[in-house]
Amino acid sequence: MAIAADAGPLPSAPTADKQRIFVASQWQLMWWRFRKHRVAVASAIVVAGFYLAVLGADFLAYSDPNASEAQRSLMPPQPIHWFDDGRFRPHVYGFKGARDPRTFKRVYQADPSQKIPVRFFAQGFEYRLLGLIPMSRHLIGVDPGRDAVGTIFLLGTDVQGRDLWSRLMYGTRISLTIGLLGVTMSLVLGVVLGGFSGFYGGVTDTVIQRIIEILRSIPTIPLWMGLAAALPRDWSIFQIYFAITVIISLLGWTELARVIRGRFLALREEDFVVSARLVGCSQMRTIFVHMVPSFMSHIIAATTLALPAMIISETALSFLGLGLRPPAISWGVLLQQAQNVQTVAITPWLMIPAVPVIIVVMAFNFLGDGLRDAADPYGR
Amino acid sequence: MLAYIGRRALLAVFTVWAISMLAFVIIQLPPGDYVSSYIAQMAAMGSVVSDEEAQTLRIQYGLGQPIYVQYWKWMKQIAEGNFGFSMEWRRPVTEVIGERLWLTVVVAVSALLLTWVLALPIGIYSAVRQYSFGDYAATFIGFIGLAVPNFLLALVLLYLGFTLFNAHIGGLFSPELQDAPWSLARVWDLVKHLPIPALILGLAGTAQQIRIMRANLLDELRKPYVVTARSKGLSEARVILKYPVRMALNPFASTIGYTLPYIVSGSIIVSLVLGLPTVGPLLLKALISQDMFLAGTIVLMLGVMTVIGTLISDIVLVWIDPRIRLEDT
Repeated sequence: MAIAADAGPLPSAPTADKQRIFVASQWQLMWWRFRKHRVAVASAIVVAGFYLAVLGADFLAYSDPNASEAQRSLMPPQPIHWFDDGRFRPHVYGFKGARDPRTFKRVYQADPSQKIPVRFFAQGFEYRLLGLIPMSRHLIGVDPGRDAVGTIFLLGTDVQGRDLWSRLMYGTRISLTIGLLGVTMSLVLGVVLGGFSGFYGGVTDTVIQRIIEILRSIPTIPLWMGLAAALPRDWSIFQIYFAITVIISLLGWTELARVIRGRFLALREEDFVVSARLVGCSQMRTIFVHMVPSFMSHIIAATTLALPAMIISETALSFLGLGLRPPAISWGVLLQQAQNVQTVAITPWLMIPAVPVIIVVMAFNFLGDGLRDAADPYGR
Repeated sequence: MLAYIGRRALLAVFTVWAISMLAFVIIQLPPGDYVSSYIAQMAAMGSVVSDEEAQTLRIQYGLGQPIYVQYWKWMKQIAEGNFGFSMEWRRPVTEVIGERLWLTVVVAVSALLLTWVLALPIGIYSAVRQYSFGDYAATFIGFIGLAVPNFLLALVLLYLGFTLFNAHIGGLFSPELQDAPWSLARVWDLVKHLPIPALILGLAGTAQQIRIMRANLLDELRKPYVVTARSKGLSEARVILKYPVRMALNPFASTIGYTLPYIVSGSIIVSLVLGLPTVGPLLLKALISQDMFLAGTIVLMLGVMTVIGTLISDIVLVWIDPRIRLEDT
């Protein structure tokens, strides 16, 4: 862009502004350019917010995600009313549950006369913040009522009467970390295979490229389903979690490998790489000290763009009931309850977990686009 | 040109081979062998499998022999048209799959066609009227199309259809024609039901194609030959459609290789949400009940279909673009 184009014909005395650009490091140039991409910056903030929620899921949740209560099955969301008679006093209306005498379904009626005050930093179930600090304070909560009427369900409850908001917080934790872990594994495979392919060229390149082409022309979801369905039923949540990550990344590394191979090919003939080789650097040193830093930014951008696909894959598998299984909570597991039109029509709030999926995927896409543009400070 | 097609065909053969290996792995993965689960299944239903019958089955599938022998026997049976026996349905796999496979192909192909029908005019419009309102609208819808996983899109449309129009938008046939034999009425019913699944499946691809078409056409429009054509007094429509669009059309064909597997993949999960009678719901059921020959066959067939589709697109590409034809001779 303008920065790079201006650097063309050198004036006798560069202005202070230009001097700043000449001495800037690659990362600085990248940051300056990234900053101009408003949508990408906003997306970065959104993504950061989601990962903060991952760290503080226990704090943001206000009830135990696995505490079920048949009496509160499928309650609609309770919106917070912020003001009461013009004064700031957040509260929710109490709900009266009753069984419909004809259909035997539980129906709920909001009762405006019964106001349940919402407290900030309220006492709730005990947990360890970041897995270390024992705490029992939560962002919001209600006083435990005498007859247990004082409850709050911001986003309603599911069939088993579990609070959807709290479950969503814990689901975020699993869905977003599984994406990170999966993309890390793909990255390792992509760097190694893409690197070999681009650095050595020749037969190695041809073989790896053909393998990538073959993998890319196979429809992935049926394969994932097949592999995931074969996981032993008696595995623990953690074993399943890792197995799913491996399955997703085994088929997801091709795009990253392609990008990395492209960079290696482009750099192989660059003067600084040739001279590194000529002065007798070992191959490892040439690759890791001279080549990798110069396309690190591209790798980061490509990784960011690969993340949403991982998140969607996990969600899709769990949605089908082949990925993570309850009691594990992920966005896909939550969406499993919204699989058919009857549920969706009667209890639309069960579709809410789709919202964070869409937001995160879009944010990662914009962020990745911005990073990719910024990764090449001299480009265009 | 022949050399090019030959190379693509060779790669396709390798791909089919890789898919068959993977399908075989999927069949082999669950604990226990096919015959012992078959016996258990039969016992659960009250019938007994005789030792001789079990022995025949073991020999037929080469159980107990090295894995490559088993694979070879499975392949040989497939070559003879025997895809194995579905335990859950107690019928040959081919019978269970039946017309579902063709319906899957119909859904996937119509999604692909819809992608082109939508992406071509919108892409041209976006490039010719760059930065217009329509261009921004197309970009915006494109981003949504890319970001929303298609099964969620299906879910949302299902919900909207139900609440706004009180209509059930799923399925491929009206209930009364569900199991009817093929007739003109049934075909017409299918055609009427196709647009929604095709749109859901094709949206992400459409979004991508619009972006590619727009970018390529913008590059072409800036080239001198366009100025020449205009200066010779050609009408604006001819200037754009005659050469630049034809040049920019190339990626349409060349991306089928990536679009088709994606659509086939998506059709599995969208079929489940919309209740389409494709192989999708069948595959899920087979996997959950560990009906492995059925599952393996479906994975194999989906893969082979995709490879054939990709090969066709390669040949089409050679036909549209003389540059590829010349490159390899």
